[in-house]
Amino acid sequence: MNRSEGEIARRYKEHTDRKTTYILSGIVLLCVMLVMSISVGAADIPPLEVIKTLIGHSISDRWGSIIWNIRLPQVLTAIVAGAGLSVAGVVMQSILRNPLASPFTLGISNAAAFGAAFSVMVLGTGSTHTLVGDAVTISNPYVTTAVAFVFSLLVTAIILAFSRYRGVTPEVMILVGVAMSSLFTAGTMFLQYFADDTQLASIVFWSFGDVSRASWEELAFITVVVVVSIIYFTLNRWKYNAIDAGDETAKGLGVNVEQVRLRGMMAASIVTAVIVAFLGVIGFIGLICPHMTRRIIGDDHRFLITGSIVMGSLLLLCADTAARVIIQPYQLPVAVLTSFLGAPTFIYLILKGRRM
Amino acid sequence: MILEVNGVEFQYRSKEVLRDIKFHLKKNEILAILGPNGVGKTTLLKCMNAILKPKSGTILIEDQDVLKLEQIEIARRLGYVPQRCECARLTAFDAILLGRMPHIKWKITTEDVMLVEAILKKLHLEEFALRYIDELSGGELQKIGIARALAQNPRLLLLDEPTSSLDLKNQIDILEIVREIVKRDNVSAIMTMHDLNMAFRYSDKFLFLKNGAIFAAGSIGEITPGIIEEVYGVPVTIQNYMDIAVVIPTL
Repeated sequence: MNRSEGEIARRYKEHTDRKTTYILSGIVLLCVMLVMSISVGAADIPPLEVIKTLIGHSISDRWGSIIWNIRLPQVLTAIVAGAGLSVAGVVMQSILRNPLASPFTLGISNAAAFGAAFSVMVLGTGSTHTLVGDAVTISNPYVTTAVAFVFSLLVTAIILAFSRYRGVTPEVMILVGVAMSSLFTAGTMFLQYFADDTQLASIVFWSFGDVSRASWEELAFITVVVVVSIIYFTLNRWKYNAIDAGDETAKGLGVNVEQVRLRGMMAASIVTAVIVAFLGVIGFIGLICPHMTRRIIGDDHRFLITGSIVMGSLLLLCADTAARVIIQPYQLPVAVLTSFLGAPTFIYLILKGRRM
Repeated sequence: MILEVNGVEFQYRSKEVLRDIKFHLKKNEILAILGPNGVGKTTLLKCMNAILKPKSGTILIEDQDVLKLEQIEIARRLGYVPQRCECARLTAFDAILLGRMPHIKWKITTEDVMLVEAILKKLHLEEFALRYIDELSGGELQKIGIARALAQNPRLLLLDEPTSSLDLKNQIDILEIVREIVKRDNVSAIMTMHDLNMAFRYSDKFLFLKNGAIFAAGSIGEITPGIIEEVYGVPVTIQNYMDIAVVIPTL
């Protein structure tokens, strides 16, 4: 077959342009969803008013206050947390070369949940306040969050230490993660068994992941961590592609596989730990969003990282919006809905076999 | 001289795997590393590009010591094709483009893309360019692996059992490709192999390993049935068929 010079290159460019188009469409959809999400809830605000308020031409102070103080931080938290969990999942799946790797299968989330339960039970940070529409709060959220964070980092450290001890094989990391996950789940159940009603309510409340918890300051902190990690992962995108081709190929291409694996795990774990510590356990996003993105744009990390970020943001934002609308004026924790929305979408994608 | 290996020793934990390995390779030459399973052929190959770090010895590639180079610098000089390549969901083009990684700063350039296109054409892989590699056959995948190594623009190709698990046609295809590249593109190659007949047919020099050390080395005229019998423990005769040396077991 004789092809003219540059024809394959041209077809390849069309191929990659198509991936870029998918990602850009996702970003446009995300912007639309952002406005829609802000506009719906206990008080409906017309989308046009949302846009006007966001660009500083608000007519109603009340709407302005709802948007700036409640809806916008919540929506942005969903976007940032979705992006962070999803990108952490992508990187973990790649460096551990295991489709089941995610912040949750590796036990990081369960460790955080145990940390919160420990804080409520042992440090006494849980209490009940009867407020309208909000039955339970954590009396000292910062201590609870800090303890959750410490435990999620602890499990990361254990996984890394084990892998260092036994040699950094992906299988060792996954297996230690699975063991940690069940250990901390058992630990949480143990604590719950001895908890009184108030403590139990606090523990359960905390473990329901919810993006409406974050204040602007907390959102800013999560955002910094997520953005820094995204930059780091993007810088390493070729290395993740190389590791996907096998450790030996990657080493032959000049990649220090063990180092990339360790640092990537550390970065992905810290992102997860920060998000889970502030927002609670939000399942599914870190596992499924990367796979949904892989189905659409393939495994090339040059596109997969950005694609998964958009997908994670979009899915968590949709889930959070639905959680606000379904049983108005009450709001479900978003973690309940991520699986409801994500699982059927994922199964649909598998059945349809959509691939570029 | 493109490669000079001197006194290379390798230990795995406390077990000595390679002892006093010494050989050299000229431009446009193919060297076959031969020997029974577990003798250290793959280990030796991995030592060449410092995937495994030898305990002692020097490996000079164009007079530069590989063991003192950064891993990325090594990747710019040596292309390594492992026995098995994992298949991510990448197109053949992407998979070969990965070979440009040691040279890419931030973004791929037009030259990178054109080079990949040229390699695809050279290996007659044009029709696979935009196919996903997880849908390709073993032989096609092996070609992609070689293409990726070529994209590194190497001075020396290291091929770990390039023909294992391939059918006869694919074995010949792959070895013809390697020979063509080596003769035409100013590259040299080292291959580990099990099939002595294929090795004799496509290589210029041979290196027999036994118990972690070089038992015999040389060109085809220097390889005797006795060497093969000593190394593999199987009596053989070497016959000439249309100017090709053929090894026949005489058990």
